[in-house]
Amino acid sequence: MNALDYSILFGSMLAIALYAIWSTRGSRDLSGYLKGSGQTRWFTIGLSVMATQASAITFLSTPGQGYEDGLGFVQNYFGAPLALILISAVFVPLYRRLKVYTAYEYLGHRFDPKTRLLGAGLFLVQRGLGAGITIYAPAIVLSTVMGWRLDATIVCSGLLVVAYTVAGGCDAVSLTQKYQIGVIFAGMVAAFFVLLSKLPAGLTATDALAVAGGFHKLQAVDFSPSMDRRYTVWSGVLGGMFLALSYFGTDQSQVQRYLSGSSVRESRLGLMFNAVFKIPMQFFILLLGVLIFVFYQFERPPVFFNRAAWSAQVARSSDGRLQALDSAFSEAHAAERAQVEAWVRARHAGDARGEAAAREAAGDAHKRVDLVRAQTRAALDAASPGTKANDSDYVFITFILDQLPHGLIGLLVTAFFAAALSSKAGELNALGSTTTVDIYRHVVRTGASDAHYVTASKVFTALWGFVAIGFALFANLAENLIQAVNILGSIFYGVVLGLFLVAFFLKRVGGTAVFWAAIVAQALVFGLYATLSISYLWYNLIGCAACMAIAVVLQAVLPPSRRGSPATVS
Amino acid sequence: MRAPSDDDSTGLPWPRSWRGVYGLVLGVFLGWVLLLSLLTRLFP
Repeated sequence: MNALDYSILFGSMLAIALYAIWSTRGSRDLSGYLKGSGQTRWFTIGLSVMATQASAITFLSTPGQGYEDGLGFVQNYFGAPLALILISAVFVPLYRRLKVYTAYEYLGHRFDPKTRLLGAGLFLVQRGLGAGITIYAPAIVLSTVMGWRLDATIVCSGLLVVAYTVAGGCDAVSLTQKYQIGVIFAGMVAAFFVLLSKLPAGLTATDALAVAGGFHKLQAVDFSPSMDRRYTVWSGVLGGMFLALSYFGTDQSQVQRYLSGSSVRESRLGLMFNAVFKIPMQFFILLLGVLIFVFYQFERPPVFFNRAAWSAQVARSSDGRLQALDSAFSEAHAAERAQVEAWVRARHAGDARGEAAAREAAGDAHKRVDLVRAQTRAALDAASPGTKANDSDYVFITFILDQLPHGLIGLLVTAFFAAALSSKAGELNALGSTTTVDIYRHVVRTGASDAHYVTASKVFTALWGFVAIGFALFANLAENLIQAVNILGSIFYGVVLGLFLVAFFLKRVGGTAVFWAAIVAQALVFGLYATLSISYLWYNLIGCAACMAIAVVLQAVLPPSRRGSPATVS
Repeated sequence: MRAPSDDDSTGLPWPRSWRGVYGLVLGVFLGWVLLLSLLTRLFP
């Protein structure tokens, strides 16, 4: 990065944060601080919901996933439109009618204080753990590639987001997210067009897709009924729907976004915006990775995309093994490139037999390339156990730094930070709100003034920010932990969703039955996770179904609860 | 109390009802699944 890139990065990040602080200055009551001025329009809500979900890892890692595994991951989002329709039709009107600040406050209206605390507690544990990851994950990649100090990257980005989230509350979060997502889209679209311009002359879009398809990168849908496969249409529609229902419908970081709307209409349209654009957005990001794969068929990629880790090991090793692997990779890639070029030539000549033969030869050559990469990862891991052996997170940033002109490099790095800050802000805002409304105001200090709770909310938001920064600084996170936190989300989300679906639809079930049902269902999910090896998306469905079924059974032996509550669906 | 009716106006020129909006969103979703299935089949 040069001075132009750095000025784009620091200039835009600081300008967005300072503008948010300036435009949300002045005193506000608790409702204004936690839910915003109530004037937010659907487009801002839509972008805000999208920005909260899409973290920096979405934009850094997903192209790498497309590069390695193709488009299959897009199926994970197939359940989102269905879930968002249900949330729009059922959840939003209930939340708004009861004028709740948090989703868990709704559980208190419908059931009792202990169920409200259980829901809030599950959210705080899960989201509190994830908050550190949101800062750490992009910081480790960017600091490694850029040569920045990891601790300085974490602290600077962490303090910036804490500053404007604490100062401006919900309105500042929505406002910054609108501009941040603009920067993100501009960066991703620019990268896409530069990538297209970098493909070899004479290679048409159809050729590029044919090459990608020849390496099985365009297997976007898989109708296999196997539960062992991580991404299928069925796990995406069913598991993904329950995950999205839980995330968008019950996770305060999202609920807070659409409750800031000026009406039910604005909230609903903001959600429908995401229902329409979520799948194409993920498809586009994955396709970017697939096209980077095609690009690297004609251009030699690094044998290991995390160049910093590679260079450090090369400098340390004295046996020449890594250098030998690098040479073997060059030979294997050159052989593959020759076959791919022959394949494209045969396509252009209309030589079907030649095309089929070259495609098969290219596939065989690619196996050799993959073998050398696997040997390299194994060698790096053996030389330095604990080295992050999966380098797919570094694919996109490597392409950016090697291929994009200055200015656009700055824009893309800004986009990654914007994504990190926008999702972080949503999380902090929600953690502060939930701690204030569901714990502090409800249990610790009842009946205080609005001004007191606004101050408390600012303090809790800042504290959660410092916890996240501390977690990111002192926890030596590796990819396994990042994945573990994602899996942890699926393990908890199903049961939390079960709590809410019982609240909405099972009028006869009371607080005690659902409280114990949630605890038993959570234990069941933990047990199944320890013994089964199925796609983690299924735990959303299992946890939810178990919670609902056990609640019904328990209610049958418990005294009847009050019926016809305004907190249920009529 | 009842949740607000799905027939309440969306304020959009089209679709005017929420059922219409949800139908449109479902249609777009099915369209994407169809397009992705075609992509999978065309470039196996």
